[in-house]
Amino acid sequence: MADQQQGKRSNSRVIAWCMAGVVGMFAFGFALVPLYDVFCDITGINGKTSGRYEAGTGEQVDENRTVTVQFLASNGPGMTWEFRPVVRSVTVHPGEPMTVKFFAANPTGNDMVGQAVPSLSPSEGTLYFHKTECFCFNQQPLEAGESVEMPLVFIVDPELPEHITKLTLSYTLYDQGKPVEVSGPATADTITNNNG
Amino acid sequence: MSAVADTHNQEHHHGPAKGISRWLLTTNHKDIGSMYLIFSFAMFLLGGSMAMVIRAELFQPGLQIVQPEFFNQMTTMHGLIMVFGAVMPAFVGLANWMLPLMIGAPDMALPRMNNWSFWLLPCAFLILVSTLFMEGGAPNFGWTFYAPLSTTYGPPSTTFFIFAIHIMGVSSIMGAINVIATILNLRAPGMTLMKMPLFVWTWLITAFLLIAVMPVLAGAVTMMLMDINFGTSFFDASGGGDPVLFQHVFWFFGHPEVYIMILPAFGAISHIVPAFSRKPLFGYPSMVYATGAIALLSFLVWAHHMFTVGIPLAGQLFFMYATLLIAVPTGVKVFNWVTTMFRGSLSFEAPMLFAVAFIILFSIGGFSGLMLAIAPADFQYHDTYFVVAHFHYVLVPGAIFGIFASAYFWLPKWTGNMYDETLAKTHFWLSFVGMNLAFFPMHFLGLAGMPRRIPDYALQFADFNMVSSIGAFMFGVTQLLFLFIVVKCARGGEKAPAKPWDGAEGLEWTVPSPAPYHTFTTPPEVK
Amino acid sequence: MRVHAKRALALVTGLLLPAVVMADWTMNMTPGVTGTSNQIFSLHMTILWICVAIGVVVFGVMFWSIFAHRKSQGYKAANFHENTLVEVLWTAIPFAILVAMAVPATATLIEMYDTTESEVDIKITGYQWRWQYEYINDDFGYFSSLSTPRDQIENRQAKGENYLLEVDKPLVIPVGKKVRFLLTANDVIHSWWVPEFGVKKDAIPGFINETWTRVDEPGIYRGQCTELCGKDHGFMPVVVEAVPEEEYAAWVAEQKEAAEAERQLTQKDWTLDELIERGEKAYASACASCHQPNGAGMPPAFPALKGSPIATGDMAAHIDIVVNGVSGTAMQAFGGQLSEVDLAAVITYERNAWGNNTGEMVTPKEIFDFKNKE
Repeated sequence: MADQQQGKRSNSRVIAWCMAGVVGMFAFGFALVPLYDVFCDITGINGKTSGRYEAGTGEQVDENRTVTVQFLASNGPGMTWEFRPVVRSVTVHPGEPMTVKFFAANPTGNDMVGQAVPSLSPSEGTLYFHKTECFCFNQQPLEAGESVEMPLVFIVDPELPEHITKLTLSYTLYDQGKPVEVSGPATADTITNNNG
Repeated sequence: MSAVADTHNQEHHHGPAKGISRWLLTTNHKDIGSMYLIFSFAMFLLGGSMAMVIRAELFQPGLQIVQPEFFNQMTTMHGLIMVFGAVMPAFVGLANWMLPLMIGAPDMALPRMNNWSFWLLPCAFLILVSTLFMEGGAPNFGWTFYAPLSTTYGPPSTTFFIFAIHIMGVSSIMGAINVIATILNLRAPGMTLMKMPLFVWTWLITAFLLIAVMPVLAGAVTMMLMDINFGTSFFDASGGGDPVLFQHVFWFFGHPEVYIMILPAFGAISHIVPAFSRKPLFGYPSMVYATGAIALLSFLVWAHHMFTVGIPLAGQLFFMYATLLIAVPTGVKVFNWVTTMFRGSLSFEAPMLFAVAFIILFSIGGFSGLMLAIAPADFQYHDTYFVVAHFHYVLVPGAIFGIFASAYFWLPKWTGNMYDETLAKTHFWLSFVGMNLAFFPMHFLGLAGMPRRIPDYALQFADFNMVSSIGAFMFGVTQLLFLFIVVKCARGGEKAPAKPWDGAEGLEWTVPSPAPYHTFTTPPEVK
Repeated sequence: MRVHAKRALALVTGLLLPAVVMADWTMNMTPGVTGTSNQIFSLHMTILWICVAIGVVVFGVMFWSIFAHRKSQGYKAANFHENTLVEVLWTAIPFAILVAMAVPATATLIEMYDTTESEVDIKITGYQWRWQYEYINDDFGYFSSLSTPRDQIENRQAKGENYLLEVDKPLVIPVGKKVRFLLTANDVIHSWWVPEFGVKKDAIPGFINETWTRVDEPGIYRGQCTELCGKDHGFMPVVVEAVPEEEYAAWVAEQKEAAEAERQLTQKDWTLDELIERGEKAYASACASCHQPNGAGMPPAFPALKGSPIATGDMAAHIDIVVNGVSGTAMQAFGGQLSEVDLAAVITYERNAWGNNTGEMVTPKEIFDFKNKE
């Protein structure tokens, strides 16, 4: 009987430990989402460029080196806007701020909101591509028939590894539906931040 | 918990209840083990018949029997049913039957939970299979259900699929907790960890793997559910999510999962090979350490399923090296088995035949795994029939042959009768030939460039596909023979002694055959 | 009765024969036509032979035991069960072999990842279920869809030589130049594979991936989508035509002109019959895989067009659906995928085919206006 008392107690302990493991791993599954984001921010592995970059004042411009930055624009499924880079590619010196524009037009009869999602290739370069101003930081509303030229200001980090000579920045424009007048700012912020 | 223990104590004093309530309410590990095994075999036949549909469609180029939508549902359901319905429950069934007998325990530690964890399974599969009859059809995105094909573009039945996965997960986790509690708390006096039979060891490690990864799978499908129904964007690029993240989470579960399906078979084979070699297992401690090493490494290799998604160079290299490392402990196991056979006194009854085939064919699957681990070469192998050949070589001779070997090995203990050896050998040889005929040509198909999961193919793939289909039909039909052998054995036959195999070792052979309804009510002493 | 039987037999043989004659027994990976594919091939063969060698040794010992150490031959079992030296050796030796495998693999991988100094950049976008190729430096692009007739797939017609591996417009690349591919997808994940180049890369919606190839031999190379992408995953082949440099330059010039001509066509005066004729082709490549060549669709996911209220009712609504798609369904917005001419042609065709004899037509100009005013 004493043995069984012992057994009972340690069964509960095993169950408790196992359940802790289960709950912990379930939480870990969800934690993988922010962990993955942090990991990608640190390593740039998924090519998702990070949010607004606060330019330091003493940015060194490397005049001896040039990097080609190529721009691509795609539409997400069901997106009817015309969306393209104004220039196809630019050549910059690392450290030098550069402004380029993307053109978007809403040919439909409805007011719409678009959100551009950035992706950079090669992903190794992601860490060294800084955007100080980008239309992708915010959602872009366009009224029916309206068109816009949207600015992007970026700096290629002088630390960019030597073997990278060309960066391709691709934006995919997604339809976010109709503009909502009284939408919770929190939601909009969340989405915006995710898209950096 | 005291209620559970009380019921448990009372049950020591009577035999099985009569009628349906015996099965519905049973907390007896032998009854539950049998139910798991029967359920798993039913699922094996169901998943197998889906494989027959797939192979029938692929018998010739062109669309003959089914349309692509239905074909995709078949490949998806075949995978899900075989993994979660056939292989995993079969091992849980073996664990239920054999763990208490092997460690000298009267029952599983948590008998009532044992009952729940079984009965959840039929519910889960009822839901899963019912999706076949829903509008828009069953899940059609492959058993790996990559987003966004399974989220934004999934059929309406996806929500039911997610629910079914949740229930299976709960069932597996409860089963795993039960196994851990049983092994840690109910071992006979004197049975230290390093004296435990290997099947017990491998199951202990498997149970820890289950606890570590089933919740991650639950998390992945929960995120899918939220993406589909609650407007989140975990895996949807348009809302700032990342479809590749899904693959990371899935394979974090998925890779340990494939070891969950093979480790218990490693354990069983480590009993069968010495028994029919009449010689102790070579390198018991290294077997234990190798199993542990495989389990640990399995958490570090998941991205080798994703070499083509565009992981940066450093990541590719890391996952390639880690994957190659797994070959070391796996190799140790194979060498140990072969050395156990070396200079033994071998005989080849059905369990041994399946065990030997297991070692050879599983090694072939291991070799192709090694080839797949080489990241640059994987760019050519990835998502072709070479991969299909690889994992069927690991899972059919690995998991399934392991289960057949175990079933023949312990059938005399379960039923009290010897099975029909001639029929069992026929079953082996037909399975062996059918399996190789079905899956070996898939290596060639993959290397020649045939992608997986396609309902129709270019003409240069026609001949090997026909051969493969013939092999698959042969393998499929042969399994009905197994059903016949088991039923025949259960109904009668030559009476089995307590220890029908002269070389077998272990506590399970000290109880009479068939094992009485209650065994080891007083724990045996292990020296 | 017997005549019928003979005819059936003849038909069956006719359908089966080409399959049997053309099939072959290719067993190994192609060495391919690029440096990368050659390296992969030699890696593959090296590791295959290492595996074979290990297999011969291990299975050799095993079969020796199976033949020599049998109980039926009266062999008495030994009783050893450990040997530290052997165990250390068979841990260390495999480890050394693995290191030897990893070295060349690493070198190849590093080279595969070097996308610098490309001369031609092509953007590849995966759609359900076709590929879009855009020559981003030359401002033109097009869709490439399966061209195998439905009748071959459904066994009503003998299968052609390149069954399921043929497209209406292949990707054209110059030989001897480093071509960089930028991959993405519109809807779900696809994967772009040409075995003879040793190139396979996933196309992921919202993300961009890159890879490269340099082909030295002109020719036509065929591959397929290798990531399950839905119903017609097996029906979106990749065909690449590698041509000499001058030919490539001429082709690019021609394509640019054609793109311009396409814009001109919008202004042309079209007749109903011309539009229907063009529409039938456009329908076959863009619409038939879901709505079926006979317009019957596959409800519920893909509704019938034959006799449907959309295709026979209000014209503006019909144009709107084709141009803008229906959100939340499989119906995509074709406004950006098809030219105005093709949109007008498809819509006109749908309104006049399969007994939808409305007799109505819509001109490319009207589509253009529709898109701009909406």
